[in-house]
Amino acid sequence: MAEEKLQRLEVVTPERKVYSEDVRFVVVPGSEGELGFLPDHAPLVSALKIGLVRVHKDGKVLKIAVSGGFVEVRNSRVTILANAAEREDQIDVARAEAAKQRAEQRLAAGGPDIDIARAEAALKRALNRLKAVS
Amino acid sequence: MASLRDLRRRIKSIKSTQQITKAMKAVSAAKMRRAQESVLAARPFARRMRDVLGRVGSASVGLKHPLLAVREPNRVAYVIVTADRGLCGGFNANIIKKAVQEMKDRPNVEVVTIGRKGRDYFRRRGYNIAQQYVGIGETADIGLARRVAKFVMDKYAAEEYDEVYLIYSQFVNVLVQKPVVQKLLPVEPPEGEDDGKRVDYIFEPDAEQIMGRLLPMYVENAMFQALLESKAGEHSARMTAMDNATSNAADMIDRLTLSMNRARQAAITKEISEIVGGAAALE
Repeated sequence: MAEEKLQRLEVVTPERKVYSEDVRFVVVPGSEGELGFLPDHAPLVSALKIGLVRVHKDGKVLKIAVSGGFVEVRNSRVTILANAAEREDQIDVARAEAAKQRAEQRLAAGGPDIDIARAEAALKRALNRLKAVS
Repeated sequence: MASLRDLRRRIKSIKSTQQITKAMKAVSAAKMRRAQESVLAARPFARRMRDVLGRVGSASVGLKHPLLAVREPNRVAYVIVTADRGLCGGFNANIIKKAVQEMKDRPNVEVVTIGRKGRDYFRRRGYNIAQQYVGIGETADIGLARRVAKFVMDKYAAEEYDEVYLIYSQFVNVLVQKPVVQKLLPVEPPEGEDDGKRVDYIFEPDAEQIMGRLLPMYVENAMFQALLESKAGEHSARMTAMDNATSNAADMIDRLTLSMNRARQAAITKEISEIVGGAAALE
């Protein structure tokens, strides 16, 4: 069987490097919809929304929760610059649950002194993290 | 010559000071190690960010964006990163000196201070402080970096500032921290590497929106990087200062112990000669 062609995937956040390995196939949550990349993809830059990156490697799928950022594809290298990113095995479930409840309460309470957009973004991030582990 | 009792008391007090400086040194060493690790961990992102911005920038020349707009520098803001606490040698003084020197020839400046030491200095000197951030904690905080970046970017976009500079202490190594001045705004996209070859990107949704999100992220990251470097520098400056203090204390203790022994010897000699003198008087 011919050797499977691979591409390098790097996921970095301002604080650290989250993932750096050769993989077969990557799906990312682009701002305009999900994008899938196989090796030798044409050069592309896209914004990302809050969502899951799915990494296909050795027949398994790894989920990485990202909170917005960018993806750049070039020369079979996929670089994800994320505001925050956690692999599914690194997610603090208790913290995500707490964040979800906090955001929900804030949205439910309403009122003028509440930044709804911010609470909604926090809720989305928390739900996204929980989705990654489920 | 000081009395024996005075000398003993001074030695005791210096010893307890030495214990404190020793403890502070150990604490700073641990914090420095962590801060250094964070600096290293943050580098891949900064490098990738620069690469991507350079390539995207050269692939979308002629693009207009508020953060790229170059204006006559009439109103200039300086973001100055210092520490919250002192006892770290010349760390804060060096940054402040650099900042004062930078701002000397500018008539119309505002300062944004990060860290209590800088705030105190510039407030006392009557500088125009646009915003201040104190109590910045022991580790660099990305949230703080984003808040500061947002503040100056909003002001810049509103044309209240024409240029924004960042002054912070660069962490060269444990012994050397270099105050540096970096232009934060307008953003000057780094040169794309790749032997100047332009990459023909597909942009999702389009180049303008990508740049519109990439640029703020770049500024935030530059800010975060400065906080990281500053923290690592602060802890290592404090460690070095405390190490010096500890060895100075040891020197002082040695000297005082010597004088104390001499004083004791003198006292004994005096006593003996008094006894001998007294015995001789009886004969």
